[in-house]
Amino acid sequence: MKRFLIPLAILPLLALFAFGLTRDPRSIPSPLVGREAPVFSLRLFDGEVFSLAAHRGDVVVLNFWSSWCIPACYNEAPALEATWQRYRARGVVLLGVNYQDREAAARDFLAKFQHTFPNGPDVGSKVAIDFGVYGVPETFFIDREGRIAHKHVGEVTVEVLVQHIERLLNGSERRS
Amino acid sequence: MIGKGSTYNVRRTTCDVRRATFNVQTSEFDGRHSLCRARGTTWYRACSAFSLVLCFLPLVLYAAESNLDEDVRLIAAQLRCPVCQNLSVGDSPSELAREMRALIREQLEQGKTPAQVFDYFVARYGEWVLLAPPKRGLNLIIWLLPVVLIPAGLVMAYLGARRWVHRGAAVTPAPAADPQYAARLQRELDTYE
Amino acid sequence: MLSQLGSFLLTVALVVAVYGIAAPVIGMRWRRWELVASTYHAVIWMFGLVTAAALLLVAALITYDFSIAYVARNTLRGTPLYYRVTALWGSLEGSLLLWQWLLSLFSLAVVLAYRRKLRHIMPYVVAVLMTVSAFFLYIMVVPASPFRPQFPVPPDGRGLNPLLLTTSMIFHPVFLYLGFVGFTIPFAFAMGALITGRLGEEWILAARRWTVTAWYFLTVGVLIGGWWAYTTLGWGGYWAWDPVENASFMPWLLGTAFLHSVMLQEHRKMLKTWNLTLIIMTFAMTMFGTFLTRSGILSSVHAFSNSSLGSYFLIFIGLLLLFALSALVYRMDDLRGQAELDSMLSRETTFLANNVILVVIACTVFLGTIFPVIAEAVQGVKVSVGAPFFNRVSVPLAYALLVLMGIGPLIAWRRASWDHLKRNFTYPVLAAGIMVGLTLLWTRNPYALISSATCTFVTGTIVFEFYKGVYARRKLTPGTSVPRALWTLFARNRRRYGGFVVHFGIVLIILGITASSNFAVEQEVTVNRGESVRVGDYDLRYVGMRAQDEVYREVVWTDFTVLRGGREVTKLSPGKSFHPNEQQPIAQVGIRSTPWEDLYLVLGSVEPDGSSATLKIMVNPLVMWIWLGGLTITLGALITMIPTRRRGMVSMPRAAARAQESILS
Repeated sequence: MKRFLIPLAILPLLALFAFGLTRDPRSIPSPLVGREAPVFSLRLFDGEVFSLAAHRGDVVVLNFWSSWCIPACYNEAPALEATWQRYRARGVVLLGVNYQDREAAARDFLAKFQHTFPNGPDVGSKVAIDFGVYGVPETFFIDREGRIAHKHVGEVTVEVLVQHIERLLNGSERRS
Repeated sequence: MIGKGSTYNVRRTTCDVRRATFNVQTSEFDGRHSLCRARGTTWYRACSAFSLVLCFLPLVLYAAESNLDEDVRLIAAQLRCPVCQNLSVGDSPSELAREMRALIREQLEQGKTPAQVFDYFVARYGEWVLLAPPKRGLNLIIWLLPVVLIPAGLVMAYLGARRWVHRGAAVTPAPAADPQYAARLQRELDTYE
Repeated sequence: MLSQLGSFLLTVALVVAVYGIAAPVIGMRWRRWELVASTYHAVIWMFGLVTAAALLLVAALITYDFSIAYVARNTLRGTPLYYRVTALWGSLEGSLLLWQWLLSLFSLAVVLAYRRKLRHIMPYVVAVLMTVSAFFLYIMVVPASPFRPQFPVPPDGRGLNPLLLTTSMIFHPVFLYLGFVGFTIPFAFAMGALITGRLGEEWILAARRWTVTAWYFLTVGVLIGGWWAYTTLGWGGYWAWDPVENASFMPWLLGTAFLHSVMLQEHRKMLKTWNLTLIIMTFAMTMFGTFLTRSGILSSVHAFSNSSLGSYFLIFIGLLLLFALSALVYRMDDLRGQAELDSMLSRETTFLANNVILVVIACTVFLGTIFPVIAEAVQGVKVSVGAPFFNRVSVPLAYALLVLMGIGPLIAWRRASWDHLKRNFTYPVLAAGIMVGLTLLWTRNPYALISSATCTFVTGTIVFEFYKGVYARRKLTPGTSVPRALWTLFARNRRRYGGFVVHFGIVLIILGITASSNFAVEQEVTVNRGESVRVGDYDLRYVGMRAQDEVYREVVWTDFTVLRGGREVTKLSPGKSFHPNEQQPIAQVGIRSTPWEDLYLVLGSVEPDGSSATLKIMVNPLVMWIWLGGLTITLGALITMIPTRRRGMVSMPRAAARAQESILS
């Protein structure tokens, strides 16, 4: 009778697949969270140069976007602009990095949403690769010590932005 | 948009020749049968030896070309393109893959070793960016499985076959045949074989 | 209206399927023969109902009935007619309907062919087929209905995924599903044999022809899939070891193993338990393949949209496997074979080795495919298992298998003598050695050398076999011409010689894969209008850009004139197509195929005024041999599938003819 236990050998496999059904294969956790953000300099659309190192001591929000990323980047653009208006006085820095795009299309996008925060094209995707970006939009929250506190993949909302910015402004650097 | 394109030469599949394990079946058969036959044995042995040598020659002769394009290609073939589904950075037509290839080339020109290039990308994307999981820890399961299963399977098959052979030997053998008849039969079989 | 009618048809079919499970079981158990007889009618009814539902959906697709959600999702005004018909299997629900239609078609065929011949196991065979049908019908009735209504009715549809708007996609799913569904039949026969305890040869003999057919369709389905990847996805390759590609490859591996070990049971009554295990596993793999594609458990370019169907499939596969394995364990004592062998050196052991290697490859591919899930479950990390791993482990084993493919058909059953081996293998081995020498003059690539050795060996054994056969025939009946002798060889022993043709097809495929994987040339260039670029032997002159506006897409073509040795050879137009509801454009690859090599152009980007274009140019050698190998396999499989007629054997009594056939094959 003991041999009827043989078919039960497939149960662990079924349990494994049941577990697999609860996971999303597309969400990849970033190894950079909790580590120091790679420093970079970016020439912006208006000609200025943005250097991350110069903003050590500030809370920095880094948003990767592109004009062909429909609809997510279009949905989150007003949220970003609104959050910028709300927090710029408190020293929070917001930078938009244009990922794999054409300059004309990017400028159209900026004009459409009337972004006032700094934006620059990522030539050669160097910054994107440095941050392990694998799609747009992605948003990184960098704390005052220059460490990446959180990475948000996908469209970001005002609530999410506010939540993380507040946490970093108040100094509780919980990594997530 | 005017400019030189990068040239990729001969594209190879990823292969680590130093550690290639080939399981080519040779012409050497089960030695239990007596090889003390009159003609042809030496000839056959020579042929088997010759072919055996030829089969293993590739291992000896193959020398990896070391040039930059080739190295970029080899490394790119082992990295996963982050924006594609299961394609390597070498194969992927996407923009990001093209830029990653440029980055790999740049790093190799700076003198970094392939291991350092891999570490660079793993530090940013995680181990997920490697198309073959590194051979340590839990990952050893999939690397060692064929190495374990093939001998295990062949041994089981061998034991099973041996059981059949014993059973076959235990069964009464064919009755002794008239030698003249047997010789004629053998001649005819030889003709029509 | 149409949507309610369709759902109704499927619901009734589900009820009929459930009846088809209960009736034969009850009828056999309580000896109610009229119930058993009615099961066969149920099969006919189910076929009719499912066909009607399928025709209904096709009609809705053709007439742009956007009140049905499936039509709205998969068609767009202006889509050509044949793509509207093939939208039937373009997305999840429709593909389930296609699967179920094929299953009911095969069930009908099985019933019509065998209901009188195998009276004892047929009721259970039908019960098993109906169980699988009931599952698919249940899914189509409850969670994933193809006839779900769309309200409000949109003015236009979303359109089929543009990657599916290709010729290859007209055939790939159909062939693949024919293969998958085809393997359900031998499984049902195996289950019938296990349930009734009639474990003799009848189930194997009935299952054998279905196995060959299913194997053939699966092989061609996989090859067409590779062709699709090559011509449509635009990365220059045909196989990426993607999880869903693997999901179709694993049943193929196990199916090939089963095909060969079935011969062992047929001729020598061996390996009964192993055969049953193998067919259960093959069927489980086909269901696992559908689970992978529809569950979203692994990311893949082939996956249908994430659906909740995963849990349904998992429960079904689990229950079915548990039942099948328990039945096998229950009957294990009755399955003890009485096999005998006279020598370790015989065809039986070659077949055993063949099975071991195929199963090990299947296990390795399986573990590699699901390893990301394992790693996440155990360690919480995401890992990738891709081409480098799969190539490293399967290539050496594939070569070993090739060598076995050469040895197997020539070695004798029961016992092979040394002399016999010498006679049969000296020339092929010599030929292999010579070929390696010749190849060495040209390249030192190890894969090229090993491929030339093994493939020459196998071809040598095949050619030698044909030579011996023709020679013997001409000796037997003097005056026969060579073509006539060849014809008679095929006519009298279709399975053996058809098998040789199939093996030769595999050799062609291996050669094509070796050449295109190791000797491809690739270049990424930017070229201005009027300028030429040189790749390999070809000069490509960029003529200009043109745009094409079709109702369902916009395409930008870049025209190139291809010259070789100064003479114009062809014109190629790689392009990019833009579809209204897709984010990214789809590459339209320009390919020029010759038996020697493929010139492959993928457009990267082009300036808006067409003044310059960036493209990737590849020269892939011997790719056409892969497709030619597929055609050769088709020919060989067709030869083996033709039933042997007795007409050619006028003077031989039937038993003797059958005996001769079984000895020769």
